[in-house]
Amino acid sequence: MSWMRLRGLMRKETYEILRDPSSIAIAFVLPVVLLLIFGYGVSLDAQRISVAEVVDHPTQVTASFLAELQHSQWFDPTVYPDRRSAEQALLQGRADAILWLRSDFTRLAYSSGSAPIDLTVNGVDANQAHIIRNYVNGAWLVWLQQEAARRGRPLATPVIADARVWFNPALRSRDYLIPGLIAIIMTLIGGLLTALVVAREWERGTMEGIMVTPVSTKEILLGKLVPYFVMGMGGMILSTAMAVFLFGVPLRGSLLVLSGASALFLLTALGMGLVISVVARSQFVAAMVAIVSTFLPAFILSGFLFDIRSMPRVIQALTRVVAARYFVTMLQSSFLAGDVWPVILRNALGMAILCALFLAIALLRFRKRLD
Amino acid sequence: MRLIIQRVFALTIKELLALRDAASRAVLIGPPIIQLLVFGYAATFDLTNVPIVVYNQDQGQFSRDFIARFAGSPSFELLRIVHNQNALEQAINDKSALMAMDIGPNFSSDLQRGRSAHVQLILDGRDSNTAGLALGYAQSIVLTFNQARITERGDIPPPTVLLDRAWFNPNLDSHWFIIPGICGILTLLVSMLTTGLSVAREREMGTFDQLLVTPMGPTEILLGKALPGFLVGTLEGSLIILLAVVWFHVPFTGSLLALYAGLFCFLLATVGIGLMISSLARTQQQGLLGVFLFMVPAIVLSGFATPIANMPQAVQYITLLDPLRYFLIVLRRSFLEGAGATLLWPQYWPLALIGIVSMIVAGRLFRRLY
Repeated sequence: MSWMRLRGLMRKETYEILRDPSSIAIAFVLPVVLLLIFGYGVSLDAQRISVAEVVDHPTQVTASFLAELQHSQWFDPTVYPDRRSAEQALLQGRADAILWLRSDFTRLAYSSGSAPIDLTVNGVDANQAHIIRNYVNGAWLVWLQQEAARRGRPLATPVIADARVWFNPALRSRDYLIPGLIAIIMTLIGGLLTALVVAREWERGTMEGIMVTPVSTKEILLGKLVPYFVMGMGGMILSTAMAVFLFGVPLRGSLLVLSGASALFLLTALGMGLVISVVARSQFVAAMVAIVSTFLPAFILSGFLFDIRSMPRVIQALTRVVAARYFVTMLQSSFLAGDVWPVILRNALGMAILCALFLAIALLRFRKRLD
Repeated sequence: MRLIIQRVFALTIKELLALRDAASRAVLIGPPIIQLLVFGYAATFDLTNVPIVVYNQDQGQFSRDFIARFAGSPSFELLRIVHNQNALEQAINDKSALMAMDIGPNFSSDLQRGRSAHVQLILDGRDSNTAGLALGYAQSIVLTFNQARITERGDIPPPTVLLDRAWFNPNLDSHWFIIPGICGILTLLVSMLTTGLSVAREREMGTFDQLLVTPMGPTEILLGKALPGFLVGTLEGSLIILLAVVWFHVPFTGSLLALYAGLFCFLLATVGIGLMISSLARTQQQGLLGVFLFMVPAIVLSGFATPIANMPQAVQYITLLDPLRYFLIVLRRSFLEGAGATLLWPQYWPLALIGIVSMIVAGRLFRRLY
């Protein structure tokens, strides 16, 4: 390994970056655009749920129940004259749920108890349907307590569960989504920056020019890695600054741990791009593999949106080779909880293994030969 | 006219021949199918085996029954019983458990005397979505426990009960929602890939100049470049949708014709946008960047995982430009709601409009290359 040759290669790579502005766009424009879109566009907090209310026989009891929904910030109730028109509204998507109090509601409520409150949700979006059910359930329980107090007949609740959510007490979904998004964006940057760089030289025939020089394969790969690493870290700093200053996500961990984790992850992502590039040899194939293996796996298999433990075992095993999985966990911990060493070490180890693996494959598969 | 058709046909064949080498073909056909299989299983909002730790300070029978209800639920998995508050907090901190349950020393005696017993639940908010879902599950277990306890004691039951049911997806299986979404994403991916790099590749390799000296006009070249995207998109889309029904057993209740009308309009839009990107890009790297800059926001803003209704109003307007948004509605409503072409009309025309406009713009950009 010679420092002079390495420096020369790095300079050549830097010129190439400067000549085609798309590399700079990948490192700096991509994170800004994506964070803005993601940060403002992705939210799992249900906004006001539009409930179609149908009351067959209005009384004081039904009125007090509906008033509870009216007062809650979660609902946007509309009264429909009958069940049919409410069903139409649900079908056409004007309502998320139907709440139906039948004609015998009041009578049943205070004779036999167990008067049915009929809740129908549109189950197509199962997750939203769950959330709507939970909210209606919550409003109903609050109403039961108030009603019981009003009537002087205390309600028996044997067990009361008091929940505390640590690190994000208000369950602000932006606070946990943005760190995850940074991991996904960095996966994209790392993969895209390097995916084409080796394949491009093969396709354009410039690789032959490099081969006749005395540089070693190690130097060629390192020469490609270093400039893109510097750019990727720039993108990371930009993303973190946006998360903290624009989106107000708390950063509770130390900057040192965050930088270390980012550097390790970026090396892994760039390494994966290099492997794609070395193996593919044509830019078309490299581009396809990069698209297929970076964004969607990071989006779906990293635990960023979907809980990994709820996946089938085989898929869980598969997520272990998705570097973003470790980075998502580390970033969420770093931003929301602070430096939790067991979490840091466990995930850093996972990334380090993957990183070593990718770099080794790139080095082994990269030959200074033309065939 | 015959001549034009012949030329377009010839170019289409040439484009498809570009996929002749095994690697190109393999990356086009293999990954979408593998991805459907992997993501189809992976992408679910239904929780199973959420690890919990319990600190039980109570000696009585009731707390054991209470814990057994959690341990027996498929949603939770009792990781271990800890013996002090520290271990409880540690388990949440180092992420070995998502939820921790702290049962006080008076749990059983409170229940015995008919007083309310309190249980403290601690959840890891770093995974806010999972924590929120787990809390909902926990609360419904508490509710069933309470109901059983009330009946046992002969207490006055609450005056009302909440009956809930869901239309179109009675068990609220989130796979039924996600898998049609994945079908849409993968169709987008394949059609963008075949068109997004096609012009850029020829420009980078210099073969585009050769095309320009042929008697073909820009419209013919454009058509010849668009058709392969259509063909590949239709074939792969059909295959993926078939897999969703046959392999994942997502019920298909709508009309195939209505679905294919939607697929056609969707491909018109994606191929048009792909060609636009492709004729703007001078190198394949620029083409790749363009495809990503379009595709990633298109997926995120499509309502695939997070509802469009939750987005701020300004962002909701942007989603109107997103072809995937409309196609996902077509897919989901065809699969689950049994919607026919008349109900889906509001999705067709924006897709067709986006398609036609992008094709025209791509044609303009094309002419510029002459």
